[in-house]
Amino acid sequence: MIHSLFLINNAGDIFLEKHWKSVISRSVCDYFFEAQDKAGEPDNVSPVIRTPHHYLINIYREKIFFVSVIQTEVPPLFVIEFLHRVAEMFQDYFGECSEVAIKDNVVIVYELLEEMLDNGFPLATESNILKELIKPPTILRSMVNTITGSSNVGETLPTGQLSTIPWRRAGVKYTNNEAYFDVVEEIDAILDKSGTTVFAEIQGVIDACVKLSGMPDLTLSFMNPRLLDDVSFHPCVRFKRWESERVLSFIPPDGNFRLMSYHVNAQNLVAIPVYVRQNINFFETGSSGRVDITVGPKQTMGKTVENVIVTIHMPKVVLSANLTATQGTYTYDPVTKILVWDIGKLNQQKLPNLKGSLSLQSGAPKPEENPSLNIDLKIQQLAISGLKVNRLDMYVEKYKPFKGVKYVTKAGKFQVLTVPSHV
Amino acid sequence: MSTSSAFNDEKGGSSSAGEPEYGHDPASGGIFSSDYKRHDDLKEMLDSNKDSLKLEAMKRIVAMIARGKNASDLFPAVVKNVACKNIEVKKLVYVYLVRYAEEQQDLALLSISTFQRGLKDPNQLIRASALRVLSSIRVTIIVPIMMLAIKEAASDMSPYVRKTAAHAIPKLYSLDPEQKDQLIEVIEKLLADKTTLVAGSVVMAFEEVCPERIDLIHKNYRKLCNLLIDVEEWGQVVIINMLTRYARTQFLNPNINESLLEEGGEKAFYGSDDDDDDDDDDDDEEKKAEAAALAKRKPYVMDPDHRLLLRNTKPLLQSRNAAVVMAVAQLYFHLAPKAEVGVIAKALVRLMRSHSEVQYVVLQNVATMTIKRRGMFEPYLKSFYIRSTDPTQIKILKLEVLTNLANETNISTILREFQTYIKSMDKDFVAATIQAIGRCATNIGEVRDTCLNGLVQLLSNRDELVVAESVVVIKKLLQMQPEQHSDIIKHMAKLTDNIQVPMARASILWLIGEYCEHVPKIAPDVLRKMAKTFTNEEDIVKLQIINLAAKLYLTNSKQTKLLTQYVLNLAKYDQNYDIRDRARFIRQLIVPTDKSGALSKYAKKLFLALKPAPVLESPFKDRDHFQLGSLSHLLNAKAGGYQELPDWPESAPDPSVRNVEVPEWTKCTSRKERKEKKVEKPFYSDSEGESGPTESADSESDSGSGSQSGSEESGSGSESEESEEESESEEEEEEEEDEEEERAKKKKKVDKSKPKKPESAESDQSSGEEQKRIRKGGKDRRSGTESESEDESESESSESESESEEESESDTDIKKKKKTAASKPPPKQTKKESKKETKEMSLLDLDDFEPTPSPQVTPVNSFLSNSLVTDLEGLSLTDTVLAPTTIAPSSSVRLYELLHRITGEGLAVEYCFSRQPFSPDPHMVAVQIQFTNNTTSEAKSLHIEEPKLQSGMRIKEFPEIEVLPAGESVNVVMGIDFCDSTQAANFQLCTHIRKFFVSIQPPVGELMTPAFLTENEFKKEQGQLMGMNEISEKLTLGEKCQSEHVIVERVTSTANLSRVPCGSDKESRFAGKTVSSGSLVLVTVTRKDGAGALLTVNCEKMVIGTMLVKDILQALTQ
Repeated sequence: MIHSLFLINNAGDIFLEKHWKSVISRSVCDYFFEAQDKAGEPDNVSPVIRTPHHYLINIYREKIFFVSVIQTEVPPLFVIEFLHRVAEMFQDYFGECSEVAIKDNVVIVYELLEEMLDNGFPLATESNILKELIKPPTILRSMVNTITGSSNVGETLPTGQLSTIPWRRAGVKYTNNEAYFDVVEEIDAILDKSGTTVFAEIQGVIDACVKLSGMPDLTLSFMNPRLLDDVSFHPCVRFKRWESERVLSFIPPDGNFRLMSYHVNAQNLVAIPVYVRQNINFFETGSSGRVDITVGPKQTMGKTVENVIVTIHMPKVVLSANLTATQGTYTYDPVTKILVWDIGKLNQQKLPNLKGSLSLQSGAPKPEENPSLNIDLKIQQLAISGLKVNRLDMYVEKYKPFKGVKYVTKAGKFQVLTVPSHV
Repeated sequence: MSTSSAFNDEKGGSSSAGEPEYGHDPASGGIFSSDYKRHDDLKEMLDSNKDSLKLEAMKRIVAMIARGKNASDLFPAVVKNVACKNIEVKKLVYVYLVRYAEEQQDLALLSISTFQRGLKDPNQLIRASALRVLSSIRVTIIVPIMMLAIKEAASDMSPYVRKTAAHAIPKLYSLDPEQKDQLIEVIEKLLADKTTLVAGSVVMAFEEVCPERIDLIHKNYRKLCNLLIDVEEWGQVVIINMLTRYARTQFLNPNINESLLEEGGEKAFYGSDDDDDDDDDDDDEEKKAEAAALAKRKPYVMDPDHRLLLRNTKPLLQSRNAAVVMAVAQLYFHLAPKAEVGVIAKALVRLMRSHSEVQYVVLQNVATMTIKRRGMFEPYLKSFYIRSTDPTQIKILKLEVLTNLANETNISTILREFQTYIKSMDKDFVAATIQAIGRCATNIGEVRDTCLNGLVQLLSNRDELVVAESVVVIKKLLQMQPEQHSDIIKHMAKLTDNIQVPMARASILWLIGEYCEHVPKIAPDVLRKMAKTFTNEEDIVKLQIINLAAKLYLTNSKQTKLLTQYVLNLAKYDQNYDIRDRARFIRQLIVPTDKSGALSKYAKKLFLALKPAPVLESPFKDRDHFQLGSLSHLLNAKAGGYQELPDWPESAPDPSVRNVEVPEWTKCTSRKERKEKKVEKPFYSDSEGESGPTESADSESDSGSGSQSGSEESGSGSESEESEEESESEEEEEEEEDEEEERAKKKKKVDKSKPKKPESAESDQSSGEEQKRIRKGGKDRRSGTESESEDESESESSESESESEEESESDTDIKKKKKTAASKPPPKQTKKESKKETKEMSLLDLDDFEPTPSPQVTPVNSFLSNSLVTDLEGLSLTDTVLAPTTIAPSSSVRLYELLHRITGEGLAVEYCFSRQPFSPDPHMVAVQIQFTNNTTSEAKSLHIEEPKLQSGMRIKEFPEIEVLPAGESVNVVMGIDFCDSTQAANFQLCTHIRKFFVSIQPPVGELMTPAFLTENEFKKEQGQLMGMNEISEKLTLGEKCQSEHVIVERVTSTANLSRVPCGSDKESRFAGKTVSSGSLVLVTVTRKDGAGALLTVNCEKMVIGTMLVKDILQALTQ
């Protein structure tokens, strides 16, 4: 399956290599560099590259290319999913998945890769098991380790791998038993110039942070599970129980994990929390343009809309912007041609407005396309779909845990077109 | 002292940097001497006896490896530390070894003994890790050692070690493909494993080593389906992909009939226009299918096993793992009836919100699916709308999908969407959009004009690329109906002044030349202009200018003769030889000279022939002959190691091949084994108390207990147990239904094709033939029906198999021949038989005086070689005279009545459990049957018919008794696989005139065979069968059985167990294995003061355990 892995940074340095079978020369990466050159943008590098003797399957994450070398037929998604799992594991271990973090912890990285794959086939990919095998570095531990020369490798052999609940480590003990669930919803939407919704849907996830002793068996139920249209689960969730009763029944992994992802039924109308009135014009003569944008709250269920940011990819001919914002600050990067207006909280009484002129490259024709606006926002204590957790029950263990549920709504891919749509 | 200061320095240096860093190391500067020195330091550190120094050194070495630096010269220093006590040092040494062993084979051998020792370690994790490293060292010399280790690990008690063994198989295979045959044996063994832990890994090994041996899957098919949901994610992917292939070879196409029904409707819906090419092709295929279906005229019934697969994979669409979802999706696409495929759409659309790499792969597959099953994704049209932030490769794939989804109803929406795309800044994407519009226009007749107008508008676009792409697409569209569009051609002719893109210029010129009669005035003028610029044009444009000139010359030679000559002269001296060639060729063809060949007459026909309109079709068309989700599909080319997805078989192979395994018991054992694992826990890790999970992770286990166990926490264990059993029995029922359906089907089949039973039909055949069947034991039914269905390849393979067996078993062959000849046995053998008996008895007596070690009553077999046993067995069966004596004297053998003399109308049938291994199939219990004919006439053709068995049970009938003379009796042996249950086996006993319904119900004690364990082994096994697998009962011994001797006798007569030696004289121990599944049964009787005693039974199968306790209790308290 997976033969070798190379980690490559944006500058084209191979800063880590790992081979699970016999060694493959790093010159195989030349094919990758070739493809990278051709693609230009990192996003455009084909995930699967064919070379005379190998196939390179790669992902791009946190400015690092994870390039794996494959020799024979394997489902590409299998490899891609695994590589993402590796990246997530680094994130989990080092707090960030960056070149610096990987270089600083190269031995742990190597040990992790060794455990995650055996002969190219995934062996242990559950965070709970790996953390028993290889302890994540903490500042304290790395200090102690340097002084005493002790190690990051677990002294006891992990038993989780052997149990029927491979995602949970055994012998968990906490003095404060707590379980937190974050219901995070994202609105993906395309609005046209008049504010009509072209397309809108809600994606949600429930991220959990469970710190409970022993082997608790949890049951989470919703007030309105009918809202959920399409769901996917962490392997701990019992499918049958969901199918018959629409409750999430599971023995949780220890620590942070994503319990489920869902998609809200398309029949329900999606509440759009903000509206945008905007006018971006370019004039045929005088090499200039005008911008006038106003953002206001719409269906917010009485909550405040925070962290509002408007991002506009301007056409290439826009040289600079001379604008005034009644609230927040704006920046225009003449290199990337991105205009960012950071508004902050939306105020019902005084609507934030951004107004002013753009100067264009002289002599260049008027840009044909109108840029679209990307909106970022956040609403605390609200799941925009109306999804509500009913109750969380714990079985098997006897103590009383502390339970908490938090709701957040964010903008996902939220776009406002500056041209009227035909829909 | 200098050395210590040296590494102190080193250590100080690196610790100040926090972690081993090589960027600042002088060695990376490339000075050779310092490189040497540095490695010396590391060697010294490795040689020290401080673990911390070793660790530091190893960390730095691993960091070197990670950066791709060569550290091979440290091998001798590192390999010494392979036995280091420190776990981390050891691990890093392993990492090093695996990396460099291949380069330093001789030195690597030094480490082997450490791993060999590790393989014997009592801790399963150490055993597993030793095997893992041993198998990862790619050193050819150790192949035999690896082979041995893998074989041993494959029968390890710990499922984790067995999993590691499965992982090691492909490693060994890649090292030495010669081992394939032996490895297949191991794979076959591991495939039978019932734990979820092993399943994924062994299927992976199967796929890498012997994917062609699909026959190995038969027996494990149902088990794999049932385990699937609990297997880890990566294993699920591999299993699902493999089962897709399996199903394609074993089941019938579920869409045979549906395509027949749907055909008319679908055509009216989508393909009302004749130009709808995709649908046309669909239709073609459907017609073929229809023809096939008509030829058969058989109603399609889905095989229950096919259904099982679909049902059990469906929930996995909800997996968080994109690869699992994709695997299920492709399974449904390739295997499900059309009406059910739709369920995967939603899950695939969900994956599109994942990382862009996942999107990329999913869209590729969706693009292929949309061609065959457009309706499935239509509801999700909007999910494929393109966002300006999508990477170009994603945009283009989405465009592909949108184009495939376009039909009359949604085309207006899609075109409007396309219109916005054309304004995008991403020009590659715009070009792709224009092509997509062109494809929509060709596929959907009604919008062709609209599209064409739109494209013509684009001709005035400021961007040249857009214009050029439009020209190319318009050219293709115009070719379909040129008459109506001369104005467009005129418009395009004007564009030649402005457009510089060669492809577009060439397209325009071609159009004008092709349709010059529609634009008779403009065409010569265009040629004039082109002649002027000829020398500056690109090659493809030059070629088209020559073409244009030639065509004009043929249609309008008056105006263009000179121009044409001029162009041809220019071309004659062109730098490009293609162009020179073309000019020469055309000149010969069109300019009439005295030497001109015969062809010039036909010049007009040649140049102005009607050209077929181009077909604009998706690049994803027909890509579904590759298994979706595979690398080969993505690349649209066969990748190494790709296994072709076979076509559906014309007629289904025999479904009974999958019957061999016993579904409900399989489940049972898998569950039990999980419990066993739980029990194992405290056994292995002493740090852990019994606080382990009491709940099984099984998804269905808690459906009933969930709410209850909260209120009654203390009792949760037993509750979950109950509910488990509930759900189990539910499943059993389900299973049974399936089974019944299947059986009914099978029966029907048999009835139709062969009213006689296959058994009886074949009994006419030669004895050799019969021999094969008997040798094959359980497989016999399969081969029987196979020959019916004429599945040549299969039956061939099974034949060759049996042939090889035949040779090796020639001695038994002879024996059987004797048997079929029904000759009287030579008296010598009879003596042996009776000798055996006496020996048995004497041993029993001896036991009285020598209490400690000795096999008991039944273990007779142990000191007879296997073949001898079968010899004796075979003889005793045919022996009419001696038969009663074989039964009567043995105290342990009890006779049961099968058919009373009166109900049998003179035929009396008795049976007993002979407690001898049933040689044709070791999983069957041998039942010795004695027929006595009390009538005055002969009984003829005694045989068995219509066994009615619980699912999974099997019967191996005795060969038909042709004649039983009046007053005589005869003994035969039949084998029954009771599946370790005490359910009765029902069947009909037939004579030539009558049929009798009879049933044989085994006492639980007969479901086992003796197992020979040492005291230690016994204790070890017992340790693993604690908890729910252990049943203890206090009892008061009956008056007569206070002595050990009697206890032993009673126990062994109740159950077919062997005695295990025991140090204490208060305890008697017995061990056995169940016949079908080989689960251990351990019995301990501990005598207390007086008549009190404690009976303990440890058995994985709780039902057996419970019943056995009851039976032994009864025996001992009498």
